[in-house]
Amino acid sequence: MSTIASSNPPSTIPAYLTTTSIGKKVLMAVSGVIAFGFVCGHMLGNLQVFIGQDQMNHYAETLQNLGPMLWVIRLFLAAAFITHIWLGILLKLQNNAARPVGYKNETTQKASLASRTMIWTGLIILTFVAYHLLHYTARLTNPEYASLLDGQGRFDVYSMVIHGFSDWIISAVYIVGVGLLAYHLSHGVASMFQSLGLNSPAWQVRLNRIAWFFTILLFVGYASIPTAVLTGCLTLPGGGY
Amino acid sequence: MKLDAKIPSGPIAEKWSKHKFEMKLVNPANKRKYSVIVVGTGLAGASAAASMAELGYNVKAFCFQDSPRRAHSIAAQGGINAAKNYQNDGDSVFRLFYDTVKGGDFRSREANVHRLAEVSTAIIDQCVAQGVPFAREYGGLLANRSFGGAQVSRTFYARGQTGQQLLLGAYSALSRQIGLGKVQMYPRTEMLDVVLVDGHAKGIVVRNLVTGEVKSYAADAVVLATGGYGNVFYLSTNAMACNVTAAYRAYKRGAAFANPCYTQIHPTCIPVSGEYQSKLTLMSESLRNDGRIWVPKSADDKRAPNDIPEADRDYYLERKYPSFGNLAPRDISSRAAKEVCDEGRGVGDTGLGVYLDFADAINRLGEDTIRERYGNLFDMYERITADNPYKVPMRIFPASHYTMGGLWVDYNLESTIPGLFVLGEANFSDHGANRLGASALMQGLADGYFVIPYTIANYFAAAGAKNLSPDGKDFKRTEDEVNERTRKLLSINGKRSVDSFHRELGKIMWDYCGMARNRKGLETALQKIPELREQFWQDVRVLGTNEELNMSLENAGRVADFLEFAEVMCEDALDREESCGAHFREEYQTEDGEALRNDKKYTYVAAWEYKGVGTKPELHKEPLEFENVKLATRSYK
Amino acid sequence: MNLTLHVWRQKNAHDKGRMEVYQARDISEHMSFLEMLDVVNEQLVEQGIDPIHFDHDCREGICGTCSLVINGAPHGHQKATTTCQLHMRHFSDGDHIYIEPFRAKAFPVIKDLVVDRSAFDRIMQAGGFVSVNTGGIPDANAIPIPKYFAEKAMDAAACIGCGACVAACKNASAMLFVGAKVSQFAHLPQGQVERERRVRAMVAQMDAEGFGNCTNQYECEAVCPKEISVEVIAKMNREYLRAATKKS
Repeated sequence: MSTIASSNPPSTIPAYLTTTSIGKKVLMAVSGVIAFGFVCGHMLGNLQVFIGQDQMNHYAETLQNLGPMLWVIRLFLAAAFITHIWLGILLKLQNNAARPVGYKNETTQKASLASRTMIWTGLIILTFVAYHLLHYTARLTNPEYASLLDGQGRFDVYSMVIHGFSDWIISAVYIVGVGLLAYHLSHGVASMFQSLGLNSPAWQVRLNRIAWFFTILLFVGYASIPTAVLTGCLTLPGGGY
Repeated sequence: MKLDAKIPSGPIAEKWSKHKFEMKLVNPANKRKYSVIVVGTGLAGASAAASMAELGYNVKAFCFQDSPRRAHSIAAQGGINAAKNYQNDGDSVFRLFYDTVKGGDFRSREANVHRLAEVSTAIIDQCVAQGVPFAREYGGLLANRSFGGAQVSRTFYARGQTGQQLLLGAYSALSRQIGLGKVQMYPRTEMLDVVLVDGHAKGIVVRNLVTGEVKSYAADAVVLATGGYGNVFYLSTNAMACNVTAAYRAYKRGAAFANPCYTQIHPTCIPVSGEYQSKLTLMSESLRNDGRIWVPKSADDKRAPNDIPEADRDYYLERKYPSFGNLAPRDISSRAAKEVCDEGRGVGDTGLGVYLDFADAINRLGEDTIRERYGNLFDMYERITADNPYKVPMRIFPASHYTMGGLWVDYNLESTIPGLFVLGEANFSDHGANRLGASALMQGLADGYFVIPYTIANYFAAAGAKNLSPDGKDFKRTEDEVNERTRKLLSINGKRSVDSFHRELGKIMWDYCGMARNRKGLETALQKIPELREQFWQDVRVLGTNEELNMSLENAGRVADFLEFAEVMCEDALDREESCGAHFREEYQTEDGEALRNDKKYTYVAAWEYKGVGTKPELHKEPLEFENVKLATRSYK
Repeated sequence: MNLTLHVWRQKNAHDKGRMEVYQARDISEHMSFLEMLDVVNEQLVEQGIDPIHFDHDCREGICGTCSLVINGAPHGHQKATTTCQLHMRHFSDGDHIYIEPFRAKAFPVIKDLVVDRSAFDRIMQAGGFVSVNTGGIPDANAIPIPKYFAEKAMDAAACIGCGACVAACKNASAMLFVGAKVSQFAHLPQGQVERERRVRAMVAQMDAEGFGNCTNQYECEAVCPKEISVEVIAKMNREYLRAATKKS
C-alpha cells in the first residue's frame, strides 16, 4: 500500500525560498548573480592599473570615500557570498545523501567537469578570496604596504599591486585562483539562468557560449595584471619593482 | 447456471437512459458505508476505481505492476473512437454502433454496443478535462483521423501514444483519489483467487509480490479489470506479465467464460527472429496504406528481396482481393500471410514472414514524404531488426494482439457470480467476434467511467453493506487453497523452466487454435494440452521461496492457469462450427476462401461453465438478437 | 557471441549485495538485452541458481517498467532507447557488461536489479492531476487550445516514468520527471486553476522523498528514453517562482 509521505508545501515567500530544493537553488542563483556582478565590476576596477598610477589610486580613493556606504556594500556582498557558500555546502551534502550507494561503474553523458567539481572549485576559491582579503584589503600578510603613499599623499594602491605581484609565487597563486574562479563560472553563469527558469532549448546553446565568453574574459582580465607585472610591462613609477 | 443478460426493454437508443433511471441508487450519505475492490489499473480499472471513489465509495485497488501507471493499456498506439462527428462527415452514435456490430461480425450484444457508442462522446470530454494532450488542428480544436478502414474520421489520438496518454489521465484521477485517501492502492500485489460468501463475491485473496505474504481483503463487491489472455500464445504483442489468472480463477469459482475462441491476430508485427524471442512488437496498421505485401512466387527462391525481379514476386493480397488489396481487413490479411508461409514461401531466417515493401511508394512520393508519414515507425523497425526499411523491404508477420472473449457479463457488467463485475478486455461484451481498430480504449474507459459507477449502485442497494471481516472462514479456506497451490509449485523441483512450458503451450495454441482452425487440429490440441499440463505439474522447476520477490513463482502460477484455460479456448473453437470474425474454421469457408458464418445455428454467445480440471466445461448459450442491424455478409473483394 | 556479465545481486532490501560474474554464451545479436538476460536466467535455473531479478513488462519501450544501469548508463548507451529495446548487436564478442540497479535513496533496492519507484507515484498523488470528477464535463471542443501549446504539453507528457533521469543524475534528482508533469499541465488551460497549488505540492513531495537537488548538468536529458528536454525543468522553476508570488 502506498501512502503520502509527509511533506509541507511552502506558503510564505521566505518558506518558498528556504524550505524546498527549487527555492534553495533560486537563492543559489541569485547570490551567484550578485557575486558574478561583483567579480565583473572588480575586474573593471583593477584593470585601471593599466591606465596608470594616478587613475588607479584615484579610483581606490573614491571607493574609500564612500564611507558608511562602502560598508553597506561590503555587508551586502558578504551576505550574498555567505548564502552562496553555505547553500552550496548544504546542497552538496543533501545530494550525497540522495545516493547512499553509488555505482561500481559510473559514466558521465554530458555533465561538464566544471559542473561536477563546483563544490571543490568553490571551496578553493573561498580560500583564495580569504588570502586575497588578507593580502590586499586587510594587508595582514604584508603590513608594510600600509606605508605606501603616492605623490599626492593618497594610499598608493598602484605600487602595492606591483609590489605584491613582483613575487612570482604570489602571482602564480593569483593566476590559479582566478583560473578556478573563471572555470567555476563556466558552469555557474549558464546554470543560474536555468535555476531562475530563464532557459529554453534555443537559449541553452547560447547561454553556454555566453558563459564561456565570460570565463575567458574574466580569466584574461584578471590574469593580465600579475602577468604584466612579472613580464615587466607594469612597473613602479620610478621604474623596476 | 442461468444466463440473464438483463437487457432493458424499449427502443435501442433509449435503453441506457431508461435503465439508468430504473436502477436503484445509494444515498450520498450512505456511499461511504460500501467498499469495493478493483483488480487491475489499466484504462478500465483505473477509471472505475477513481470514479467510484469520487462518488464516495471506499475503494481498494490492486495491480501486480510496480505502479498503476504501467498497465498494458499504455501500449495502445492508434487512437480512440468517439461518435463526436466533429468532422461533419456523417458520423453519429448510431453509425458507430452499426459499424461496431458489423465489424464484430454480428456476434455481439446490440444493447451493450449501443451504450458504448452513446457514452463514447463523454469519454473524450472527460479526457480533455483531465489534461490529456490530444492532437489538435491549428484552430485549436481536436484533430481526428480515419482508422482501420472506417468511412468517417472519428478517431482521436495523441501522436502514436494514445493509450499512454489516456492511461496517464485515468492514473492521474486515480492518484488524486489515493492522495485523498478514498482509494487504498496496493501495487506489486497479485490477485490469486476470489472469495465467495453465500454465493456473492465479497473479497479476494492476494499475494504481496515483495514479501510473499498471502492475505485476504473483503469488500461489498469485486471488480475485475485484468485484461485479456493473448499471452496464451506465449508470443504476442501483450506485455510479458499479461495473464488470464484473475479471470480464470473467477471462472473456476463459477463465473462463466464467454467466447474464448475469439482472439484477434494483428497482421503487421515484426516477425520472430529466434527461439529466445520473448515478445512481438506491433507496427501500426497504417503502414499498409503505402506498403505492398509480397512473397517470392517460388518456395525455393532464397535471393535477397531486392534481387528478386517483379516477375518472380507474388503480391498475394492484391492478387486475391483486387479492390481492397493491401488494405484488406486484419483477419483476412493475417490468414493470407499464414497461407503463403504454410506453402513454404515465407521469408527471413525462420520462413515466418512476408515482405512489406515501400520501394514503389518511395519512387512515387519520394523518401521524404515516406519519412514524414512513417519516420518513427521506420526508426522503431530499424532499432529492433537493424534493417533499413527505406532500402530493404520490411518483414512482417501476424501476432496475437487482443482477445474479444472474456468473462461473461450481463448488461450491468456483472458476471454470473453476483457482486463480481468485469470490465474492459477482461469481459466479452462489446466487440463480438472481431474488434475494430481504436475501439479497445473506448470500451475500457466507457466501462470504467460511465457504466460501472451506475450499475454497482444498483447492486449495492439490493445487496446492502455487509462490512465483512477478511478473517471469516470463507476467506481462510480460500487462502489455504492458494497457499497449497504455491507450496505445490515450489515443491516439484523438476527439470524444466516455467518458460519452456509456456513456449510449448504457445506453439500448440498457435498451430492449432491460431489464425485458422479445424476440427482435427483442435482435437489434437485438446489431446496435447492435458499431457503438457501433467508434465508441468511433474517436471517444472521453480526455485526460491514464497517469502520473497520470486518472479519464477509468479510466472509459474500464471502459466499453470494458461495450461487449463487453453482447453476451454479449444473447446469453444471446436464447438463453433462456422467462421466468423477472428474465428476461422477451415471447414467453413466459401469457394474462394472467405469466412462462412452460420447465423441459423451460431448466433449465440457461448458461455462456458467450469466443471473441473480436465473435464469438458458445460456450454450455456445466450441467444443474440439483431433488431437494429440487419445480418449481412462482409465482403472485401 | 560470448559475454561476461557483472551483475548486482542482492537478496532483499536488507542484504548488503555484491557484484557477481556470469558468462552469457551463444548470444545472438538479434536478441534484446532483456532476452539475453532471459537466456542467462534459464541457464542459472538449470544450475539451481536463483535467477537474476529485473523489472520488465511491455518490452516495447512504453510502459517504463524496465530499468537497469548498463555499463554506467541507465538503459545503456544507445540514445533514446529503453533497456527492452536495446539490442545485443550494439555489443561485441568478449565484452564485459556491468549491470546495476538504478541507484537513489528514494529508489531502494527490493531485490537484485529491482527497485521501488513508488516515490514517483506519491509525487503524482500530491498534485499530478487536474481535480475533475467523472461526468458533468463541458464539450471537449469548448476550449480551443493553440496547437503549439498542445504539442508542448504532449512533448512533456511523453514521459514514461521509468526513473532513468534519477538514476543518471549525479545528485539523484527527480526534477526532469516532476518538471515534465508540471510543464504538461502548465501548458494547458485545464491545468491553470490549480497551477500554483500543483507545483508547490509536487515539489514539496519530491523533497520529502529524499531526491537530490538539480545542479543543471543535464545528465537526465541525455539518458531520457523519450528525450524529454530540460526545458521542462526551467518551466517548473518558473512555475514555482510564479506560485511564490500568488495567493492560492
